[in-house]
Amino acid sequence: MQTLTNRAIPVDRRPMTFWEKMYLPAIAKGMGITLSHIFKKKATVNYPEETRPFSPVFRGLHILNRDEEGRERCTACGLCAVACPAEAITMEAAERLPGEEHLYREEKYAARYEINMLRCIFCGFCEEACPKEAIYMTETFAPSNYARKSFIYGKDDLLIPDPKHPITVNK
Amino acid sequence: MDLMTSFDWSFVIEKLLLISAVLGLSLLIAMYSTWGERKVAAWIQDRRGPNRAGIFGLLQPLADGGKLFFKEEIIPSTANQFLFVLGPSMAMLTACLTSAVIPWGDVLYFGDRAVTLQIADVNIGVLWIMAVVGMGVYGIMIGGWASNNKFSLLAACRGASQVISYELPMGLALIALFMISGSLSLKDIVEQQRSGVWFVVLQPIGFLIFLICAFAECNRTPFDLPEAENELNGGYHLEYSSMKLGFYLFAEYINMFISSALMATLYFGGYSFPYMDSLGLSPNLVTILGICALFLKTFAFIFFFMWVRWTLPRFRYDQLMKLGWKVLIPLALLNMLITGAVILYRQNGFN
Repeated sequence: MQTLTNRAIPVDRRPMTFWEKMYLPAIAKGMGITLSHIFKKKATVNYPEETRPFSPVFRGLHILNRDEEGRERCTACGLCAVACPAEAITMEAAERLPGEEHLYREEKYAARYEINMLRCIFCGFCEEACPKEAIYMTETFAPSNYARKSFIYGKDDLLIPDPKHPITVNK
Repeated sequence: MDLMTSFDWSFVIEKLLLISAVLGLSLLIAMYSTWGERKVAAWIQDRRGPNRAGIFGLLQPLADGGKLFFKEEIIPSTANQFLFVLGPSMAMLTACLTSAVIPWGDVLYFGDRAVTLQIADVNIGVLWIMAVVGMGVYGIMIGGWASNNKFSLLAACRGASQVISYELPMGLALIALFMISGSLSLKDIVEQQRSGVWFVVLQPIGFLIFLICAFAECNRTPFDLPEAENELNGGYHLEYSSMKLGFYLFAEYINMFISSALMATLYFGGYSFPYMDSLGLSPNLVTILGICALFLKTFAFIFFFMWVRWTLPRFRYDQLMKLGWKVLIPLALLNMLITGAVILYRQNGFN
């Protein structure tokens, strides 16, 4: 039969020789292979203590960003929610009142902003859609909890701490 | 003279202590064999193995045992209640019985009292072992039968026929060994190796046959057909849960330990080690070093058991039978014949 490539190797169907039928040399060879694996570098990463290095574009859990004065950047335009293929994002907009300029960057802000982490597929489209550079994905990636409800992250969970007022804003 | 004064109570106490020590040690080693097994498996597969419970995961066996204890004890309603409990008990009992005749060391001197580190120096020690190993199949058979489950029964039948098939070449390999040693007492066999060479040198084929049969008798891979998970939903202990399952698994590890110790004793000089009598040390020190040597050899064999388990795949059942009846038994017979011929030649030449 004509071979298609020069890489084809015909199957050896010769009957086994006595040496091969003894199996013991083959077993010894196999044992040698497994023994050599004992001394090889382990593939396991000791997870909670050490993590794999992530690429710079890794897409983990989201955060809501603030600007350099500690004001929320999100203006509740809803583009992230529209972009989201999993429909994991909901928000409610509110108007910034006079005197709240130190809290919100734009005249409109998200009064409620929720991401359902169980629906989220971590595609990063929200990050791409955001015109205000308000939503980013971090390197945190293994949320765990006892209740499904707690996987709906609100603003409390998402907003990064305010560099100006570290304690008062987030809690 | 009445019975109480003539009765040597210190002898009883000495033996009781020895029995407790050997039993405790077997259990401890069996316990840590499970840990070792998981570690070896992990290393061979480029993993780390249990390392969360204690340093190096050393508390893992305790956690496993605790888990087994807290599992629900289930006896199937269609099972034979008495036999269902008897099965694992038998497995455990026979596993522990074998250790009685193995010489764990030479003689320890406490003042003028010489303590032999062997529970019973029976002059038919090896026959005892063969008998107990033969009984071991009852644990599997009874458990599989009493479960009233076709997979368990199938596994039990496999186990029974496997153990019986492999007992023959094992016995034949041992006969060749006795032709050389001229004694069935394990103590004698070790003493002969102490003064001469290890019997593995004189009986390499016999040792190989014994080794293969030991794997089969312990139901270890590549002969683990009675508990072939993917073929039999778990094997003869399919219906077992909680500590009854634990007993079966534990018995397997004790068997592994005992057969390792046995192989070390029969073929690798037991508690003797090279130059042990020319070191000029005190007898007690030599004895203690001898115990260490025996355990070193035993651990090497246990490691070998694990190493093989994580290297070789399981035999098909017909291959298992073919290997037992068509290869090992003729080979053992041939080995016996050659051994006999050589002994005769060395005694009388060609006359």
